Amino acid sequence: MNEIKDYLKEERNQPWRVELRKSIKSKDRIDRLRVHMPEADPTIRNKNFNEVNKGLDPEQAVFEAGRCLDCANPTCIDGCPVEINIPKFIKQIEAGDFNGAAATLKETNSLPAVCGRVCPQEKQCEATCFYSISLKKDPIAIGHLERFAADYERNSGNVSVPVVDKSNRIKIAIIGSGPAGLACAGDMAKLGYHVTVFEALHELGGVLKYGIPEFRLPNKIVDLEIDILKKMGVNFRKNFIIGKTLTFDNLREQGFKAFFVGSGAGNPTFMNIPGENYNNIFSSNEYLTRVNLMNAADIEYDTPVISGKNVAVIGGGNTAMDSVRTAKRLGADRAIIIYRRSMEEMPARVEEVKHALEEEIEFMNLHNPVEYFADEKGRVNKMRIQKMKLGEPDSSGRRRPIPIENSEFNIEIDTVILGVGVSPNPLIPGVMPDLKISKWGTIEVNPETMQSSVEDIFAGGDIVRGGATVILALGDGRLAAAGMHKYISEKVKVN
Amino acid sequence: MYRIIEKEVFSESVIKLVIEAPEISRSRKPGHFVILRIDDKGERIPLTIAGADEKKGTINLIIQRVGVTSCKLTDLNAGDFIKDVAGPLGKATHIEKAGTVLCAGGGVGVAPLLPIVEGFKKAGNRIVTVIAARSKELIILEEQMRQNSDDVIIMTDDGSYGNKGLVTHGMEEVIKREKVDLSVVIGPAVMMKFATLLTKKYNIPTVASLNTIMVDGTGMCGACRCTVAGKTRFVCVDGPEFDGHLVDFDEMLQRLGAYKEKELEAYQEYLRNRS
Repeated sequence: MNEIKDYLKEERNQPWRVELRKSIKSKDRIDRLRVHMPEADPTIRNKNFNEVNKGLDPEQAVFEAGRCLDCANPTCIDGCPVEINIPKFIKQIEAGDFNGAAATLKETNSLPAVCGRVCPQEKQCEATCFYSISLKKDPIAIGHLERFAADYERNSGNVSVPVVDKSNRIKIAIIGSGPAGLACAGDMAKLGYHVTVFEALHELGGVLKYGIPEFRLPNKIVDLEIDILKKMGVNFRKNFIIGKTLTFDNLREQGFKAFFVGSGAGNPTFMNIPGENYNNIFSSNEYLTRVNLMNAADIEYDTPVISGKNVAVIGGGNTAMDSVRTAKRLGADRAIIIYRRSMEEMPARVEEVKHALEEEIEFMNLHNPVEYFADEKGRVNKMRIQKMKLGEPDSSGRRRPIPIENSEFNIEIDTVILGVGVSPNPLIPGVMPDLKISKWGTIEVNPETMQSSVEDIFAGGDIVRGGATVILALGDGRLAAAGMHKYISEKVKVN
Repeated sequence: MYRIIEKEVFSESVIKLVIEAPEISRSRKPGHFVILRIDDKGERIPLTIAGADEKKGTINLIIQRVGVTSCKLTDLNAGDFIKDVAGPLGKATHIEKAGTVLCAGGGVGVAPLLPIVEGFKKAGNRIVTVIAARSKELIILEEQMRQNSDDVIIMTDDGSYGNKGLVTHGMEEVIKREKVDLSVVIGPAVMMKFATLLTKKYNIPTVASLNTIMVDGTGMCGACRCTVAGKTRFVCVDGPEFDGHLVDFDEMLQRLGAYKEKELEAYQEYLRNRS
């Protein structure tokens, strides 16, 4: 820990940083107001799938970076799961070295353009920013700046490809091409391993592709990150389901020395209430997959999607927000969030809720569905919902929702989307009986090395955490790469 | 990309494609299915594997022309490519020595039944197979079924071949004639509904292979969900085979119609563009 602190201090004492700190008085920095992210007009954007946030221009980015005080004790870093050297990249932006800022981000975060867009910064780095904790002012827009640096580098056409060690010809397999797998693949490739990523779907990127909509994270950004890995020599095999197309043993016979399982939390939760299997009731996963992965909203594509007029989306997380905003874009007159707690407990990113409200999404908080009804063709046409109140905090620390008796009433809807959570994908645990699995279906690992109970299998991301964030998955992937490298270096004899 | 090696036209509406997919052909077992997508704009559809040649590295798919995707797929010819084929998916058939196994296939459901018949035959069972279709030209795989069955009964709705009547008539004839220990039924949902009602009457354990709507086919979306013994199950990962007496076929029939209007619209558009 002290080594890291010393390193940060050393970096901070570099002449350019010292000079930059002196160039503007702290008081003047503090007086600046937080930059406002330019956004598409809500009444126009809620009818298309273009990205909502337009990104900062260089002038805005430099000005915002100038708010950062370059603290001696940068508490922002404590809030970052992958401990990005935040003050350094921000000061590089202030100094106009945008590509340098991108390089700093990439030291610890392989997907900065993604994380700048989807990380819950208000709960992480921005929550622990000096402005938030001591000045009680709006924190530095760390997320916006991260995105700015990554986008700037990408648009400059000079995306740097990380240096890869000489090949050690050791084959390792990554299962799943989502954020955890991509991070692990990147680090292992850098170390000279022969990396193959196996993906079950026909597209690479996992939840970044099938889950997060285009208006929040354009697919081309994910593809570019994947292209970099390809340039680093990583192989990708799509339509390949480990445990089905080939087993772990088949791959061991083919010479693979270790595995990283990043198969995600793709198993949708249903609520098991009456009428839930009526038509036009979907999991968020199904609805978003149809639209995001299969392009169902585009008439040119064969996959259909139901574009309801009165759409209820159950849940208060990012997936629910993505679903409800997608429904609005597909032409819903009413797109309603039905959430059993209040706005305050909502797990979604603050920005997503703000955007949803601007896009005329209705919120029925403190409500919960209890039953669905259908027309003669089996299509849902009504739902019964119950009012809720909040009790004492539960194990998650959020106040527990309690049903209010005799408060049920019906509302008319023609489409329901369930965004009430996901659980770990059961496929890999199902085909690997030796793998130690928790009662929640997650793979149990040593948290320091991400090694599972089967010594050549490592795991990370949602298959271990059960439904977390992109940045935590990236952190796991990197940790697992270090664990795997150590395991192979110590245990595996290479022929 | 997956190459079509061979195409065989069984009838105007039923076509067999042999597709190069070496890994799937080695790993697949009776009961497994694949998800395929014809091209970049295609949808993902599940198709049960109707056989494989491990040496050649191929799998057989038998497709009925019913909508846009099945028509586009069967318009392809030997030498053409399919963009994506993923599998083998689902749980394999539980093959055991049960005694006498009554295997009933309706329409194109006869295709996925064939590897199951082969499997049960190899396990030393007596196999009685009932093949049923609307009319003679829709009867498929008769020869292969005869090679792997101790007895084969053919049923057509219009009596143009074999016996006149529904699959259930043929099944009941067998049940009345000899002791049946296990039944396997595959076909349209409505056929499986009545076939399982019949075997329930005679207390014969029955496996039904469900063909619901799917998107990913790996347990991620829940489009394929159905109610079995009062519980919601995913056909793609928990199935496709279930205890036929516990499946809610009425719900399944309803769910199969979820996109009916859109499918019809798209199909008419497809026909317009072709003519």
